[in-house]
Amino acid sequence: MNVLAPRRLGLFLLLAPAVLWLALLILLPHVEVGLLSLRERVGPGEFATSFKQYLTFFDEPLYWHTFVRTALMSVIVTVLALLLAFPVAWSIAKVARGRVRAMLMAGILLPFWASELVRMLGWLILLRGSGVIPQLLFWLGFTAEPVELLYHDATILVGLVYSSLLFMLVPLINALETLDDSLIEAAYDLGGNRLDILRRIVVPHAAPGIAAGCIMVFMLTLGNYLTPVILGGKNSMWFTEQIYTQFITRFNWEQGSAFAFLLLGLSSLLVWLGLKLTGQRFADSMRRT
Amino acid sequence: MPPVMQHDAIDLSVRGVSKHYTAFTAVDRLSLDVAKGSFFSILGPSGCGKTTLLRMIAGFIAPDEGDIVIGNQSMRGVAPNRRPVNMVFQHLALFPMMSVGDNVGYGLARRGLAKAEIQRRSEAMLERVGLPGTAGKRIDQLSGGQKQRVAIARSLVLEPTLLLLDEPLGALDLKLREHMKLELKQLQHEIGTTFVYITHDQSEALVMSDQVAVMNKGRFEQVGTPQQLYYQPASAFVAGFVGNSNRLEVNLSAAGEGTAASGLPLKLAAQQGDSSGKQVLFIRPETIALSRSEADVAAFDNRLPCQVETLYFDGANSTVQVRDARYGTPLHVALPHTGQHADLQPGETVFLGIRAEHAKAFRE
Repeated sequence: MNVLAPRRLGLFLLLAPAVLWLALLILLPHVEVGLLSLRERVGPGEFATSFKQYLTFFDEPLYWHTFVRTALMSVIVTVLALLLAFPVAWSIAKVARGRVRAMLMAGILLPFWASELVRMLGWLILLRGSGVIPQLLFWLGFTAEPVELLYHDATILVGLVYSSLLFMLVPLINALETLDDSLIEAAYDLGGNRLDILRRIVVPHAAPGIAAGCIMVFMLTLGNYLTPVILGGKNSMWFTEQIYTQFITRFNWEQGSAFAFLLLGLSSLLVWLGLKLTGQRFADSMRRT
Repeated sequence: MPPVMQHDAIDLSVRGVSKHYTAFTAVDRLSLDVAKGSFFSILGPSGCGKTTLLRMIAGFIAPDEGDIVIGNQSMRGVAPNRRPVNMVFQHLALFPMMSVGDNVGYGLARRGLAKAEIQRRSEAMLERVGLPGTAGKRIDQLSGGQKQRVAIARSLVLEPTLLLLDEPLGALDLKLREHMKLELKQLQHEIGTTFVYITHDQSEALVMSDQVAVMNKGRFEQVGTPQQLYYQPASAFVAGFVGNSNRLEVNLSAAGEGTAASGLPLKLAAQQGDSSGKQVLFIRPETIALSRSEADVAAFDNRLPCQVETLYFDGANSTVQVRDARYGTPLHVALPHTGQHADLQPGETVFLGIRAEHAKAFRE
């Protein structure tokens, strides 16, 4: 009798929900979408295998322009989120103690208890022409008339940074917490200044956490639909909108599937490139998330 | 040998330094001078303020009052990265993200030296601490003792006026610690840099130091050579903290006489001039003579017939626990290294002889 058998069964049962979830909700739809993307309608109810959908993406400038714009803005969002989150993560991980720290953690987590939709509607109330900020600026005399602050690229960026900040903060806080204070003191003692210690000690130590946060934010931003649509309106030109349009408006599932696969492939490629350029390993960064 | 006598070169001078925290005073108006090239230890139990003092010298904590002078320059308002002082941290704090060579070269690179020069000096320093050819290794490839040496090399390569060491041997296992003790003293002797070493381990302090300051509750109880601390302790705390002792409560009737709490009359040496009142008496186990015949101890001031209770065999440190036959006072006695009394049995009667000058009484 194999004495390990009951243990294996236990492990299998523990893993079963995760495996089922991965198989049914992630793997299966992707296989379906993959197959969909590779067929072409040649007549009513008649389909043939082809790469036409993928070629359309490169032939039609609108599509790949939209993708490049989405990717670029996502990179900007990632960089902004990193710059904003780093000092906050530093304060929480290294400066704050006890109750203050617990309150700060609650402070960054609580807004995420509300749904993203509600939080975006909050921005809407603040930024629309008749909203709080334009009215305040007008009332204070900074603008001649209430200005519409919605439907700009900058507005989309603000909303995206806001909605993804948490996913940058958590891995950063985790990474910085494990940094031994005496390393910083030792570097200071040996003649290092602040910038130098940040560059040589803190950032190298936090690198896997930084990579993890950047991957999370970049992927979430690239695949975000709600924020660009609400804050950017019809002209936000976000790639997920193209997919939505193909599936829902045009009822062209084949084209939508191809776009979805292109988004997955191209964004994975970008993440891989980013990791290669900074010399990070994917496994290290995933351990820190 | 006592370097404190050469007043010409003082590398570190702490002048009336205090540090108060809301609930307590960590360092209380402390002064001290450390001679150039000496190995100075600050010995004290945890919480005595020695770490606070060291961190004030390094510059991580600002003193509330007083001044710290290093190499004739006041360190008031000087940041740690600008002080001619380097520190070896308790857990070494080597940079795991850098190679051994980069760790040693870190300080030199901050001074803006050329790459080739940094490499030359780092490698020379590593060779000096007995780690030639390790510059390319990762920190986690080194053993505990090697890490220790890298930490010291990383500081010494900057040629500081003063090297501070914060219990760096604490994390090592016993055998390696014994070895590093000797090695550290040897290294200090060769290099000649002034070392200020803090520890709670009296053996480390006694073996390595030229001078030791015994610290308690933010103040120095006594500053002196290891021999002075051991043979001429200035206070009850030093007598009890440095080395092993039998500790007895006594009531002094005259400067040279007293009675232990058990009623045992003793001839003793009052250390602080008092001739009456309650005091504490310290007798080192190795100063007590032990014999099976009463005639052998006839010449001693105190002669005690005792019953053997327990034998503690520990090689050269073997001791025996005895109890006075008349008053029941328990005493710890060292066994001679010659193996003379190796056959003692529990229950046997022995005679102890204690000289009055070895029974030191202190006010508490």
